[in-house]
Amino acid sequence: MSTTTDVAPYTVVIGLEVHVQLLTQSKLFCACRNRFGDPPNTNVCPVCLGMPGVLPVMNRQAFELALRAAVALNCKIARFTKWDRKNYYYPDLPKNYQISQYDLPFSSDGYLEIPVEGGTKRVGIIRVHLEEDAGKLLHGEGGKRSQVDLNRAGTPLLEIVTRPDMNSPAEARTFLEELRLLLRYLEVSDCNMQEGSLRCDANINLHVHHNGEIIATPIVEVKNMNSFRAVERAMAYEMERQYEEWKRTGARLGEVPKETRGWDENRNITVSQRRKEEASDYRYFPEPDLVPVTVTEEELERVRESIGELPAQRRLRFISGYALPEYDARVIVEQGKKFADYFERVARGLEHAKNASNWMLQDVLRTLNERGWTIEEFPIAAEKLCDLIRRVERREVNTHAAREVFAEMLEGGGDPGEIIERKGLAMVSDEDALRQVVAAVLDKNPKVIEDFKKKKGKKRAQVAGFVRGLVMRETRGKADASLVEKLVNEMIVERAGVGFDS
Amino acid sequence: MTASEIVHLTARQLRSLFEEGRLSAEEIVSAYLERIRAYDRHVGAFLLVDEEGALQQARTLDERKARGEPLGPLAAVPVAIKDVLCTQGMRTTCASRILHNFVPPYDATVIRKLREADAVLIGKTNMDEFAMGSSTENSGFQITRNPWDLDRAPGGSSGGSAAAVAACFSPMALGSDTGGSIRQPAALCGVVGLKPTYGRVSRYGLVAFASSLDQVGPFAWDVPDTALLLQVIAGHDPMDSTSVEIEVPDYLATLDQPVGGLRIGVVREWLADGVDEQVAKAVEQAIDVYRALGAKIQDITLPHSKYGIPAYYIVAPAEASSNLARYDGVHYGYRAADYDDMVDMYCRTRAEGFGAEVKRRVMLGTYALSAGYYEAYYLKALKVRRVIREDFDRAFEQVDIVLGPTSPTPAFRLGERIDDPISMYLSDVYTVTANLAGIAGISIPCGFTADGLPVGLQLLAPPFEEERLLRAARMYERETNWHTRRPDLERVVAQFEAKQSASAG
Ligand SMILES: [Zn+2]
Repeated sequence: MSTTTDVAPYTVVIGLEVHVQLLTQSKLFCACRNRFGDPPNTNVCPVCLGMPGVLPVMNRQAFELALRAAVALNCKIARFTKWDRKNYYYPDLPKNYQISQYDLPFSSDGYLEIPVEGGTKRVGIIRVHLEEDAGKLLHGEGGKRSQVDLNRAGTPLLEIVTRPDMNSPAEARTFLEELRLLLRYLEVSDCNMQEGSLRCDANINLHVHHNGEIIATPIVEVKNMNSFRAVERAMAYEMERQYEEWKRTGARLGEVPKETRGWDENRNITVSQRRKEEASDYRYFPEPDLVPVTVTEEELERVRESIGELPAQRRLRFISGYALPEYDARVIVEQGKKFADYFERVARGLEHAKNASNWMLQDVLRTLNERGWTIEEFPIAAEKLCDLIRRVERREVNTHAAREVFAEMLEGGGDPGEIIERKGLAMVSDEDALRQVVAAVLDKNPKVIEDFKKKKGKKRAQVAGFVRGLVMRETRGKADASLVEKLVNEMIVERAGVGFDS
Repeated sequence: MTASEIVHLTARQLRSLFEEGRLSAEEIVSAYLERIRAYDRHVGAFLLVDEEGALQQARTLDERKARGEPLGPLAAVPVAIKDVLCTQGMRTTCASRILHNFVPPYDATVIRKLREADAVLIGKTNMDEFAMGSSTENSGFQITRNPWDLDRAPGGSSGGSAAAVAACFSPMALGSDTGGSIRQPAALCGVVGLKPTYGRVSRYGLVAFASSLDQVGPFAWDVPDTALLLQVIAGHDPMDSTSVEIEVPDYLATLDQPVGGLRIGVVREWLADGVDEQVAKAVEQAIDVYRALGAKIQDITLPHSKYGIPAYYIVAPAEASSNLARYDGVHYGYRAADYDDMVDMYCRTRAEGFGAEVKRRVMLGTYALSAGYYEAYYLKALKVRRVIREDFDRAFEQVDIVLGPTSPTPAFRLGERIDDPISMYLSDVYTVTANLAGIAGISIPCGFTADGLPVGLQLLAPPFEEERLLRAARMYERETNWHTRRPDLERVVAQFEAKQSASAG
């Protein structure tokens, strides 16, 4: 064994298979409501119950949403696509076949760019196809009896299969985060992994660097990951487990049957579920009850136009157009389209967009988190917040007082100008008046000057800060902070007879 | 008018006598129910006779007529329904034990259209289980006897519907045709049966056997009644994506106009080896009738039609193996009483619920779709379908109508073919090609054998040319009277019973 210490002994290779539920009004092949949380078996009809004699009819809205996603994922769109039946028996699948797409998916060969350290990375998309979801089995007490809820049966599901282009657990997680952001921007899916509207399986193996040779280890499929964090941790666990296993057995890709392992959230390990001796035979064949779907150039053009700006483009525009730091741009865009729209409405009326960003990322975001609101529920109109921040920029009110105005707007609405006026929060920037306040504070606290003289360096600055706090309190927080700083520094030095640095 | 006279009327006559107030709907329905009560224990055409429902419907129609309300084109006309079509609130079994207790919560589109046309749904007819068969002997519940000779099969799979019309239990019936299941029993029972173009009639609510081949179609005594029933059920249905948005012509309006300069193509190979002599003779005589009418007769060849049966027995079982997967005992229908676990429940339910022919085809289809065989069987069969369709396309460049026998033989004896699947499959040798090609076809009576068994003439037309098909069939029908002959059930039953007691004694 000769593994060098400065080079990692292997590269991890990860590909993901992601299923997302589409935000359509109705199911994929019938008119039933596509909605979750209703009592079991209430959103069902003969079609999605798989009754004898029923026929599917494609929901065009679902197909259009799927097209949006595929176009945004830079996929090639097939002009002609068909449906296939995937045959297998399971009680949550009423027809015992799933209508899916096999050899002619409606889109393929795309990519998604994900942010990585020092730039971006392209993760290839092999294919995106549309299929119907199955129902849910509810297992009763004792495990003997099960019940079936078919509300989810027949709802539209988008399957996205990536190339094995991710080379770390963190990249796998970033891909999922970026995909979720994209699909939410497109209003294609809400991508909630806990609620099952985004589901993810991973294929992972290693390329071990050994004696100048690169050895691929057997691919393992990992299932049962219920959060992005779980994906990252399962990948990290599996990577190390596979390396240990390789060291023990030396098994290479193709030498053992493909294994499926499940992530055990409580024990933080993956557990072997089964080894596939051969691929399951789903006996795919073209669905004879549906006609092929054709996509015209006009339709595709309409979809392209409706997509608009995507999150990655928006991040770049925020950096170049608003001069935002990369961090600010990323966090704002991550909050979703509506949040970023709100930010833009505030930023456009300001001298410096960074001021809007500061308020959004601190005060607004904190409020949303505390109260569990979305930006659409946030009671202060963007124009009002812009008005307030503009008054700070114009030094009509200082930041401290502006926060008080913000709090009042949050509770009772109102107009910033009116609140400032009513509460007398306008900034005090009259130099003579402030000079008198500083003098009075120093008179009242003679010990301050003694302290200043005794201390050195940074400690002297702390003394000055203490005085500034007293002055702000005297002025009920309305004083122009930079003017106060200038006057306090001047007058302390004058009275103490020593400077800050001596 | 006596009950016996009523049941020998056509649907058009019934409709006008009702309209004119000379017969009430209740009188009409009662006459048929009486006939069914008297003879169906011998024929076995029905799995369910909805006496109460039919009478109720009749009384409602009489009340509506009394109030002067407008009435539909099939007002007061009884229609028998093959038990493969879903009828809301009325048991629909496909003659399978696996659906012995299934009551659909919805109506098939054709059933809805019948109700809207004020037809009276008189009952559900027997069939081969899931429409798989050519003699109706594969029913999970009972056999149906041919009303012309109770020792013989009515054909299948829509044998119950064909026998119901032949026995005058109903003036009209609906069947389904996947490989000949309307035309072949129509021929064997001496009635008219039409298989519309694939996509002409909605399949919504037709319990699927082979989705790419199945089509619902009418049975009646003559061509005008057949046209009338087709008129009611045809048309695009938003619930069936494979139904085609093509306007439905007024079939009855043009029915009696002969097709000018009619060119008929006779499929020579269908009148050579394997066809019964008497069948061939009756068909040749029919050709003479057309010739006498001025039609231009020419021989044509469908070189790939000999691959029709093999291709059909790949495609149909393949689709069936998937379509029938839903009968698993989980959601509805039969469930085995004892089982160990889920997989065992699936196995026992299907082992006990399906008959031998259904199992044979499910296995055949599963095999044909399996990895490694799909290309060799299923894809190959699709290619054969294409070349068969091309054969027809070429033929229809030269002729307006393709003509041949419907079935190679007249009605065969019950039990004669049931243990020999291949000979049974060959009953459909002249009919499957129309399903594989998706074109329209009709079988009309064209004579009788020396034993008094009816012979059927098959006419085929290009896709969506049902109007041409009906007019060409009507030209022949006007010159002949085969379609007016009815079996004398009283005599047939007496003969049968005499023979039974003779063989028992
Ligand atoms: Zn539904």
